[in-house]
Amino acid sequence: MINYIWFGMIALSILCASLNGRLDQLSAALLDGASDAVELSIFLLGSMCAWLGFLRIAEESGLTRLLARCFSPVIDRLFPDYRNDPDIKGKICMNVTANLLGLGNAATPLGLSAMKAMAEKSPGALPSRGMILFVVVNTASLQLLPVNMAAMRASCGSAQPFGILPQIWISSLGALLAGVAFCKLAERRQERVRREGAL
Amino acid sequence: MPALERIGAAALPVIVGVILLYGFFRGVDVFDAFLAGAKEGIGTSLGILPTLIGLIVAVGMVRASGLLDLLCALAEPLAQLAGVDPELAPLALLRPISGSGSSAFTLSLLERFGPDSETGKIASVLASSTETTFYAITVYFGACQYKKLRYTVPAALLGDMTALVLSVAAVKLFG
Repeated sequence: MINYIWFGMIALSILCASLNGRLDQLSAALLDGASDAVELSIFLLGSMCAWLGFLRIAEESGLTRLLARCFSPVIDRLFPDYRNDPDIKGKICMNVTANLLGLGNAATPLGLSAMKAMAEKSPGALPSRGMILFVVVNTASLQLLPVNMAAMRASCGSAQPFGILPQIWISSLGALLAGVAFCKLAERRQERVRREGAL
Repeated sequence: MPALERIGAAALPVIVGVILLYGFFRGVDVFDAFLAGAKEGIGTSLGILPTLIGLIVAVGMVRASGLLDLLCALAEPLAQLAGVDPELAPLALLRPISGSGSSAFTLSLLERFGPDSETGKIASVLASSTETTFYAITVYFGACQYKKLRYTVPAALLGDMTALVLSVAAVKLFG
């Protein structure tokens, strides 16, 4: 899927740029994009290392297991495959906590760490249902306190930087529920297809 | 609402403080543990670099070629149908593919229309109700070398569509 999307983005861009006479800008964008990506990853390198460092402290002290126990009612239902795996559950919980608190820079390293742990558990060419659900939960990124948006609104002179909080909760929770529902239905369908194939 | 802002600013130090204190009093060699974890970060960062290059180059090309403008022009009638400013269409299209692009665009909308106008509010809600979907999908799966993603993309896009509809609806209903 990503293959087709990536191919489509670039092929259509080249087509569009040649029709528009914007090939110069297109070449510039290609080279700038590549160096921007390197800059971004250097920027991310620092926060990645720092957060994985703190994550390790939290894991060794048992804090992540504690967190996993608190979140268990929700996490066990969403990710039944990892019910008996406190390590993976702990990593998932750390990522979810970072997302809820609006710490986007922390959520990615913690999330990648969870993904790697899940990948080790399910070898094979296809990602497990837990990994897919985890990524979908992250694309929806439910935030309790969208601090960055409030700061942006305040800088533009908003009288109520946090005035749109309920609307953000509604919309973000809706996106999360829709994504999770889709995943759960797709899981069930694939399970059925597999069972029928086995008969 | 300065109280809420203070809570937001305190989130990071509080988390780090809790992790450190809990670790220290449970007898963990905190600095050694930190170093061991941080070392993993180097490999992880380098591992996602190719994914980032591929993604950011493609997004840059879509914007520079005028393809995005074209798509926005196509989306304008839809925006009018929903009774929202057509200027919001580029934001809806940018949000899933580019985090920095969509925040820059949100800022320009807030400056032009005012943060407390209806358009400004819809932009604020839309920009903060989902993550950059394609970034999250490619980086998360890129880090573990999966090629086939099964139903990930449709599920995530359904989430984005829901966020779009609910952003407009929530601001229209609740002001």
